[in-house]
Amino acid sequence: MADETAPGFGASAWLIARKDLTVEFRTKTAFFSAMVFTVLGIAIFFFAWDSTAVASIDLAPGVLWVVFVFSGLLALQRSFSVEQSDRAMDALLVSPVIREAIYAGKAIANLLFICAIQLIAVPAVALFYNLPLGRPLLVLLGMAWLTAVGLVAIGTLFASMAVNTRLAELLLPMLSLPFFVPLVMSASYASTKLLAGRPAAEWWPWLRILIGFDIVFLVACTLAFPFTLEE
Amino acid sequence: MAAPAESRVHAIEATDLVRRFGRRHAVDRVSFSLGSGDCLALFGPNGAGKTTLLRLLAGLLRPTAGEATINGAALRSDQDARRNVGLLTHQTMLYPALTARENVRFAAGLYGLRDPETAASEALALMRVSDRAEVPVRSLSRGLQQRVSIARAVVHRPRVLLLDEPYTGLDAAGAAALTGMLRELRAAGAALVLVTHNLGEGLAIASHAAVMLAGRFTRFDDATALDAAGYGAEYVQLVMAAEGARG
Repeated sequence: MADETAPGFGASAWLIARKDLTVEFRTKTAFFSAMVFTVLGIAIFFFAWDSTAVASIDLAPGVLWVVFVFSGLLALQRSFSVEQSDRAMDALLVSPVIREAIYAGKAIANLLFICAIQLIAVPAVALFYNLPLGRPLLVLLGMAWLTAVGLVAIGTLFASMAVNTRLAELLLPMLSLPFFVPLVMSASYASTKLLAGRPAAEWWPWLRILIGFDIVFLVACTLAFPFTLEE
Repeated sequence: MAAPAESRVHAIEATDLVRRFGRRHAVDRVSFSLGSGDCLALFGPNGAGKTTLLRLLAGLLRPTAGEATINGAALRSDQDARRNVGLLTHQTMLYPALTARENVRFAAGLYGLRDPETAASEALALMRVSDRAEVPVRSLSRGLQQRVSIARAVVHRPRVLLLDEPYTGLDAAGAAALTGMLRELRAAGAALVLVTHNLGEGLAIASHAAVMLAGRFTRFDDATALDAAGYGAEYVQLVMAAEGARG
């Protein structure tokens, strides 16, 4: 008979994240589609670019964040659809795992998934648009990570809300994109100034705003998540 | 209809449970209680509200009115009480890309079992599916998936087990393994609710039997005192009358 104690928040979240990553590792469907979308998006922008009219340093941040947001949506879409096919979500909900830990587990898996895409997207943009390598690229990766945190916080919540609807693929971007605006705006301002070689004092305030948004969205979405599970 | 109310804490207790979907009453003022080691076989035609009742008991649905408790605790608000509950529904609740062992081990982890690996092996062995433990669930037949799903539902040896059509897709060996396991769980003090269309299977295990029609319990009997053949004939009459009334 069951006499063990219910698993803690961290243990439950990691268990769920690990399971999601294992499922994705086995199927690879979302990762490959996100990867193909990322590389294709960067390449299409590159071939449509008139380098005599727009400097690469002005265009590259925009390309990066547009591609990043839409490939991220592919990851978020997959997050709860894996729970739907055989109602595996019911098994999670009937277990003693607290709802917030389910959200955290999903968010961790989504974050790792999106970071894996970033590891290809950021160097690819740097390569296509001849961006400065070295320290600026590392800082840009840091900005991408901070943006991913906010994106995942919001997207995981809305993916949970959208998954039970008939138009989940349409609803997730419609719900999420307006909330992504402050994140992408902060990230693009900061990255433009960083890549233009401006002093840290000019891009750091934008990063602080980004960090602020991350904290607010993480807390708010974690608290809101249990309400999205009501039938 | 209700079993006699007692002051002690029941393994399962439903009090005037109501669940409406729009204007339709899926479950309408259902009250009953089961003690440790009791097994309720719940019969009824399609759409009678049996699955909704199980989902209410499992805490997956919020009741419109009334209350359902497991060992005195409301599952929706008591996270710790959920570790004593197992649920098996029409869907397998498995991840097709994971192997049978990974699915059951994941479930064991959700319940905080100290040794999820051993618990998973034992549950798979109990349902005689150990030889397919390393096969992805999507490659298994429906019957074998059902066995894995049952192993997932009982891996933590729940004190309350809610089963919706557990015999679906099982062959004779699988059905025998399931019946044996349910009897063993009952003997160990677990309370069971078994939703089934097969009166023979249900009455063979049950201590109580109920018939649900249009969201209500129309009969609630002590199954040990029932004559299976007579009960079957009366059940068919009840269902036919309800179908006739519905037009």
